[in-house]
Amino acid sequence: MNGAGIIKGMIETARNLAGSYYDPGRLTTVQYPEEKLPPVENARTIPFLVYDGADPMAGLRCTACTICEKECPPQCIYIVKDQVKKPDYLGKMQLQPKVFDIDISVCMSCGICAEVCPFDAIKMDQVFELSTDDRFGGLLFDKTKLAKPNDYFAKLHRTEAGETDARREDDKRKAEAAAAARAAAAKESALEGSAP
Amino acid sequence: MIAPSSSVEPAEAGLASQMLEVSLGPQHPSTHGVFRMDVTLEGETVVKLKPVFGYLHRNHEKIAENFSYLASMPYTDRLDYFCSLTNNWAYALSVEKLTGLAAPERAEYIRVILAELTRLVNHSALAGFLLQDMGALGTPLMYAFRERESILDLFESLTGSRMMCNYMRFGGCRCDLPPGWLEQARGLVARFPSFLDEFEALITNNEIVRARTEGVGVLPAKLAVNAGVTGPMLRASGVNYDIRKVDRYGIYGRMSFRVPLGGRGDVFDRYMVRILEMRESLKILDQALRDIPGGPIMDPKAKLRNLRPKPGEAYGRIEAPKGELGFYLISDGGPNPYRYRVRPPSLINLTILEDMCLGHTVADAVVILGSVDIVLGEVDR
Repeated sequence: MNGAGIIKGMIETARNLAGSYYDPGRLTTVQYPEEKLPPVENARTIPFLVYDGADPMAGLRCTACTICEKECPPQCIYIVKDQVKKPDYLGKMQLQPKVFDIDISVCMSCGICAEVCPFDAIKMDQVFELSTDDRFGGLLFDKTKLAKPNDYFAKLHRTEAGETDARREDDKRKAEAAAAARAAAAKESALEGSAP
Repeated sequence: MIAPSSSVEPAEAGLASQMLEVSLGPQHPSTHGVFRMDVTLEGETVVKLKPVFGYLHRNHEKIAENFSYLASMPYTDRLDYFCSLTNNWAYALSVEKLTGLAAPERAEYIRVILAELTRLVNHSALAGFLLQDMGALGTPLMYAFRERESILDLFESLTGSRMMCNYMRFGGCRCDLPPGWLEQARGLVARFPSFLDEFEALITNNEIVRARTEGVGVLPAKLAVNAGVTGPMLRASGVNYDIRKVDRYGIYGRMSFRVPLGGRGDVFDRYMVRILEMRESLKILDQALRDIPGGPIMDPKAKLRNLRPKPGEAYGRIEAPKGELGFYLISDGGPNPYRYRVRPPSLINLTILEDMCLGHTVADAVVILGSVDIVLGEVDR
């Protein structure tokens, strides 16, 4: 019959319309910004710098190795190394960034910087309400603006942060054990040296 | 943008008529992005059509030649931004060919699952957009997008991004599936056929859709083969060529599925082939989600940075939702490719647009373009 297909289609739309009143599965729209979806653990937007301890600048994990700067596909990271070194969590002296800027208007949220970082220093944030009326300065984040505590990272990416913290804890224990062994060996050799 | 043309002679010299050149696009809503068709019309009939592209050119290939192999991966997401995961796979496959890395079993299964989910995303969105081009504003597109969104939720929980997934790596995948992901995917696959039935009830036998699509934009099989058309476009013309069957890349050799073929090669066949392909994709997904093994997801030899393949060349290709997507790489032993070339299905499928549109009306030209299934990110690169 001519028109049967159209009527069948109409029934389908009517079913969807009526269904949307009682079946919450058919109502997929979320009334943002009044209502927000819970964040997804793996979600990523822009990078941030992780710091340990209370002072953001003293606790920055970044060692200014510039791997992320080199690997960044849109080249939005700019790093200048500081001449002054500071000890890292293992007690080793490491470089630190004097300048660490990310132009988030260029950043394409790929997460490669976080992936290649060997120091767990740069991770992906989940903030997305980044609009500003200052096009240039407002979207160029420096290291003070990028620094976020490790607890924040743990809150965003629970699984990944758990693994990272466990690994770092392990490294620290090993480093301490090695340092103790070195100290003991040094003491022993000193004793041997003093003996005639 | 409308100007009387002097270059084309009127067909009937006796009649005082003039050809009309219309520049459809690049901002025309039904050109699927920044694409322009310079159409010459006689009345409403298309007598000449010139596709103009390049508005979205981003220098992707040259950028890739100046960066490490890894840094090009997120750029491949932006080729065909509906199907970032298949783009990732094609690029990963060609680098794996170049370096001799091999993805472990579990990673291969994850890749197949994601590629078939991507096919569902692409084809459902295409079906919606095709209807939009025919004037069915909104409703079918929104139904298609509703399903697409639930698949994108899966992508987001796995890869961290809904569209720009940047997930596959040379020799495996970036991260393992989060807990509960497979159950969620199984639920989606179980739910999807009911959406397809609903969508088909809405569309397939609709008399207006039939009248607008049957016999419109016929692509003969011979022309399709000669022009290098691939994917659902080619299969709708009745040529049995599916790279999943021909190359059996990944683990497609183990999957049992059929390749839907069209008969006439008109717009309706192209629509129908895609609907049937979605049903076959669901079969593949069923098998892959059932059989997925545990184990590592990265080749132990793989390294993220400082990848320096031996000098040589490789061409990796996959059956992307739109057709054959290939990446051709030449390595000179350095950290970045010496030559990086993308073979985009959209661009090559677009070359026969004029042949399909001649003799049809402008309104049909829009529908025919919709049935080609282009994404300008891939056409222009």
